[in-house]
Amino acid sequence: MPASAPSISVQDVRFAYGERQALNGLTFAVNDGEIFGLLGPNGGGKSTLFRILSTLLPLQYGTATVGGLDLATQQAAVRQILGVTFQSPSLDRKLTVQENLKHQGHLYGLRGADLQSRIDQGLERLGVADRRRDLAGKLSGGLQRRVEIAKSLLHRPQLLLLDEPSTGLDPGARIELWKYLRELRQEMSLTIVVTTHLLDEAEDCDRLGLLHEGQMVALDTPDALRSSVGGDCLTIRSRDPERLASDITAQFGVTVHRVGDLLRIEREQGHDLLRDVVAQFGASITSVTLGKPTLEDVFVQRTGRQFW
Amino acid sequence: MNQTAKNQPPAQPGLWLPVWTLAERELIRFLRQRTRVIGALGQPLLFWILFGAGLRNSFQAPAWSHVLGRELTYQEYFFPGVAVLIVLFTAIFSTISIIEDRKEGFLQGVLVSPISRLALVLGKLTGGMLLSLIQAGVFLALAPWMGISIGPLQFVLIFGFLALLSFTLTALGFVMAWPLDSTQGYHALMSMLLMPMWLLSGAFFPGGESGWLSWVMRLNPLTYGIAALRRLLYWDHTLPTSIGLPSLAMSILVTVGFAVVCIGLSVVLASRQSSRNAR
Repeated sequence: MPASAPSISVQDVRFAYGERQALNGLTFAVNDGEIFGLLGPNGGGKSTLFRILSTLLPLQYGTATVGGLDLATQQAAVRQILGVTFQSPSLDRKLTVQENLKHQGHLYGLRGADLQSRIDQGLERLGVADRRRDLAGKLSGGLQRRVEIAKSLLHRPQLLLLDEPSTGLDPGARIELWKYLRELRQEMSLTIVVTTHLLDEAEDCDRLGLLHEGQMVALDTPDALRSSVGGDCLTIRSRDPERLASDITAQFGVTVHRVGDLLRIEREQGHDLLRDVVAQFGASITSVTLGKPTLEDVFVQRTGRQFW
Repeated sequence: MNQTAKNQPPAQPGLWLPVWTLAERELIRFLRQRTRVIGALGQPLLFWILFGAGLRNSFQAPAWSHVLGRELTYQEYFFPGVAVLIVLFTAIFSTISIIEDRKEGFLQGVLVSPISRLALVLGKLTGGMLLSLIQAGVFLALAPWMGISIGPLQFVLIFGFLALLSFTLTALGFVMAWPLDSTQGYHALMSMLLMPMWLLSGAFFPGGESGWLSWVMRLNPLTYGIAALRRLLYWDHTLPTSIGLPSLAMSILVTVGFAVVCIGLSVVLASRQSSRNAR
């Protein structure tokens, strides 16, 4: 099968709220059928990008296509192929689950028996069929999120956008949610774009774009991103990080990155260095950790900033 | 891979299905909040009873009342004003929910759906109109006790006009509510703008033939709404025109013009993409 056209293509997109530049020339593409994550700290530009892709905000500069449709000129058509799951659910809390889905269907031109069978399927699929007569406001956060997803899939979109889908969910609900998302992608041949500031959640994506200050600082699979850091990652906390950094460099000839109060050293055979550093400078070290690089390390390496 | 689902042309929502579904939602929400029913119908009714009793003796009937051939009590004079107040309150309550819809997140879901912004506006206005008609209808059923008899043709005309007026006032509420982020802001606008507009429309008192007040009444679009309703209630009598009581044709013309302006503004406002609409 020939490689299909990208589901989303973004070229040099910039966006400013008045004076404040939120997106700074973003360029990337999302492949058909993948789960694509947009990872970044709050304020990195994820939400702005999400709002532009979901047509809530206009495209100020640059070009973007969604499902091959131009986001600037074919908005109505884009809205038809797009499913959007908001961080703060767009459910009407005073209506029942069934009523919420019925109105949503009508907004997408669905009606009658076709609509009802889609509602039944969707609720069944997301395991909330027994709550259909309950007011949406009476459901727990996790169940509301599921209804929200059922709602956004009712018109069978090609592309599902989810904004911070795990926010407010307990770990069990989060695992369930991701299980559903992977199944849905399989069954509906859906492309899924997720924004998140949770490193755990980012691990679940096929590919990941790291957003920082409105720019894409890295884009690859989570594994490839991690191995780009190389070797082990030694993180040292000290009362006097400046001095310790120069001491370690002088003694062992390694590059020490200072990130806030922490020192980071990337190195093969990190446990040897750990032993030597602790033996030599134990007195000035508060704590030390050694580990395989995480996505947080990738972020720190690419931006020189702490993720949190 | 399931390609057939993807190649299906997406359904077009059209105009009326979304309008009806948004209006129906307004009705359901209204009926689930009993306090709203009390607020929109109860307060005007209370005003009517209390002011009607309190101002009975100090009320000076306007000059046109002699054509009725009987004494015009304040309660009867105030009657169409109260009906319009019910419509106004209903319009306020149904548009204040725009602010709540935005806060609670419902609005963003509607905005990313493929419906036109006209459908969004008309859905809200139709909901407000239906609620107004139901409540004003309940109140107008009291007309025979005022000595006002309503024939079948009159009934149709009155409800037709009330539909137009409630559409207009809900659109006015839409224009005011859309840019606001808090219901407190709306309350301020309500007491500084909407209530004075109603008070100075001939609803509450007849108003003089000269002076600045007469100019306020002339320029107040709601004056024409009250006048039209008053003239339709006294369909069998030919009331002379005055500042507070313009002709029926003029009243309907001004109300239609005001409706077009308010609906147009609502659509323009709703069409703007703004970060305010995202939660």
